[in-house]
This record gives sequence, C-alpha cells and structure tokens, in this order.
Amino acid sequence: MTDQSYNFAYLDEQTKRMIRRAILKGLAIPGYQVPFASREMPMPYGWGTGGVQVSAATLMPDDTFKVIDQGADDTTNAVSIRKFFEKTAGVATTEETEKATVIQTRHRIPETPLHEDQVLVYQVPIPEPLRFLEPRETETRKMHSLEEYGLMHVKLYEDISQHGAIATSYAYPVKVEGRYVMDPSPIPKFDNPKMADCPAIQLFGAGREQRIYALPPYSRVVSLDFEDHPFDPSKADHPCDLCGAEDSYLDEVITDDAGGRMFVCSDTDYCRARREAGHVGAQAPAMKEGAGA
Amino acid sequence: MQADTLKGGFADASVQSAKAFRAAMNAMARPGRIELLDGARPPAPMSRAAGALILTLCDPETPIHLAGMHDCPDVRAWIAFHTGAPIAEPESASFVLGNWPSLHPISRFPKGTPDYPDRSATLIVEMPELSATGARLSGPGVKDVTGFALPEVASFQANAALYPLGLDFFFTCGSEAAALPRSTKVEST
Repeated sequence: MTDQSYNFAYLDEQTKRMIRRAILKGLAIPGYQVPFASREMPMPYGWGTGGVQVSAATLMPDDTFKVIDQGADDTTNAVSIRKFFEKTAGVATTEETEKATVIQTRHRIPETPLHEDQVLVYQVPIPEPLRFLEPRETETRKMHSLEEYGLMHVKLYEDISQHGAIATSYAYPVKVEGRYVMDPSPIPKFDNPKMADCPAIQLFGAGREQRIYALPPYSRVVSLDFEDHPFDPSKADHPCDLCGAEDSYLDEVITDDAGGRMFVCSDTDYCRARREAGHVGAQAPAMKEGAGA
Repeated sequence: MQADTLKGGFADASVQSAKAFRAAMNAMARPGRIELLDGARPPAPMSRAAGALILTLCDPETPIHLAGMHDCPDVRAWIAFHTGAPIAEPESASFVLGNWPSLHPISRFPKGTPDYPDRSATLIVEMPELSATGARLSGPGVKDVTGFALPEVASFQANAALYPLGLDFFFTCGSEAAALPRSTKVEST
C-alpha cells in the first residue's frame, strides 16, 4: 500500500519533470551524458541514488518493478530499493525478469533476454568513461564534443602492452551509434553484447555525478577493440554448480578455508528458474543430501 | 481570468503525468510510433496530446514559444495557470508549440552547443493527422525501418545532419503523439 505522506514515487513533481526532460534528451542523443539536478535521496550516494531517481520519474502505478544488485534480487541494496518503491509508489514487485516492466539494476544485465515493453534502469557510479584518464570535466566535455577518443584507445593499448590482452573486465567502454563513447556502468564485459540491439529502453542514472544518459531500443553499441585484439566477452570457464548453466555469468563463492569453492550464476532469478525446470549442477545435489557425490 | 482557464489540467497530477511521460518516452525512444497521450483538456487550438506534453514537461524553468494561431490569449492563460512556464522568443525557447507552417524557419530555435547538445528546443508540432505511412525512418529506436507521415522531409534531413546538435520533435493530433529525435535518419519514399 502506498504511504500517503509521500508524493507518488517519492519525488516532487517539479523534480520529476526536470528528470523526465533529461531522459528525453538522453534518448534523443544516445550515449551523451545529460546533466541533471540530482536530489538528496533517503540513502547515501553510491547506493543507487541516480537509478532511484530515474526509476521514480519513470514508474507508473501499474508497473511491475524488479531490482537486482550484481544479478541478485535478495541482497541489501536490491531489497531496500524494492521496499522503497513498494512503500512510496505502491507498485507491484517481482523477482522474475520476464514479468517486470521496469528493472533497476546495479552492475548486471539479466540473462533472460529483455523485451519491448521493459525499461532497464542502471545505477551508475562514474558516468564519464574518460574520467580516470582526464580528471578535468572541462577537458572531457571538450573531448566528447570533438569526438576525440584517442586517449581511450591508448589506455586499451597499454593494457595489451602490459598484460598481453585488454585487461579491462568491467565498465568496458562502448561507442554508441558511431558517435559517443559511453561507460556502460560497472557491468562485466560479458554483458556488453546484450546492450546492443536490445528491444528494451535502457536508462542510466548517476546521482552523485548528476548525469543521465540513455540507449533507445535497437541502438548500435560497439565495445572498443583493435583488429588484432578483438573484443572478448569472457567469463569464468565453468558451468554453474547449482543449475549447470554454461551460458550465464558466474560468481565465485568460497565455501571453506581449505580451497573449496563453487561457481554459481550471478543472476539469481535465472538460476532459480533453471533449477525449478530440473537442471542440476555439479554441486547442487551433493549439498542438498549432505553426501559426497 | 476566464473560468475555462482553470479547467483542463490533470485531476491526479502525479499519476497522470507519470502515464503521460511513459507514453512520451516510448514515443521518443521509438521514432514514428504513435502513442496515446490523454488526460489534458487544453483550450483550442491545442490538442489534448500537446496539452498533456506541456503539463508533463513544462514548468517555470522551461520557456515556451507559441507560434502562429497557438499564440492566443486562451493558450497563454492556460499555460500560465497550469505550468507557470514563461512565454519566450524563438531564440530562447526550450519548448515550441505550433503547427508546421507557423514554425518556419526552424533554424531560429536553439539547437544546442557542441559541449551541451541537450540545450536545444523540443518542438511540439500540431498535425491534422498522424499516419504511419510516409517518410522512411531508421536509426536508434527503430528496428530496421519504419514509416511516418512527416509534414515534409528536407527540414528533418537538415536537422539530422546537425547531429549531435539539433531539434527534437513531437507530433500531436487529438490525443495521440509520435516523436522524431535528431538521431533519426529520414528518407522520402
């Protein structure tokens, strides 16, 4: 039930109008970071205040809302944001990717392919892909306006010269529609190909840094690479130990202090759905029955 | 002040503007797609969809330019009462409302700067009808190619050539709206 002492979805209407105008400009200029007047939210910066503000401006009462944190529906950040909108917007919530109409995410794209009627809202810590190469906002702004992205390629080249391969494994920079280089937020590079040609609307909110950017459906999103070092969306070379999935992104979980470990799907909803459908991983039955398999 | 000026706003502002925004966002994210945008009852000659857009997006921070027959006392009073948005000259407008002939030349509206391409005007173009057949649209938001009856082609091609600068458009008729961002490639059929 909605708490009547809050406006619908917490934010006041003038703030929502300001955010909505920024979202529309972001959609019109894919990959360009639109400045917006980020508000104080009842959670600290770094906990998804940008994503929360974008969700608040996007949600309608009949939406079904899902929140994931590193793929999981049941971690502190995901649970508290889900409860926040249950209370202030009265929206239905779900853990099933398929049923959600708005999905707020921290650092993952769900494994289940998204469809046209969905909106994916990313929480973004540092929206500027060039920030660690050039700390001055005046300079990065000029670099974007001049389409001067040589520095980013130098960075990737230095990765190759030091490590033999591009070592950037998350927040891997992408070029949108052949124009703006964009930070996809700290999603693993395994997820980068899912951003391209996606039927859903993708919105990015950075609260502390006060930026909103967006990808309309079916946008061209290309991960930066070199001809002789093509982009490789790698993941742990292992099937999920609970559901046996070989195509999902995995977390490594340490299980004891004797070197025991297991790899499990980072997308908890995907893993649960597979196990309910009867898929079994290498360590799942052994754990359940308590016997060594 | 006319009594009618006070009517025609959203009865439930937060919920109706949320629904109107989602329709507007879907329109802008999927160029050429026609969306239902209802809830406002603005004075003639404004369409309901244009009224809903202005109620959802405009406030004292967004100067509006009224072009042609939309620059009339009824519309000015309605916008002033319901949004508080100042009426502005074309060169300083964030939003522009009018029918297509009255908007020319569109080059006078702000198209953003290379540093801040978002500081550009959004044009709300009142149309006699919205139709999915006409110019061919392609680009972000469009799977392959789609059609939309634009009032003409050359102006929109010139606008797209300014990318990432340029104007963004909503087309409104009755309680329906479609959109065309600057990123869309426009071809005549």
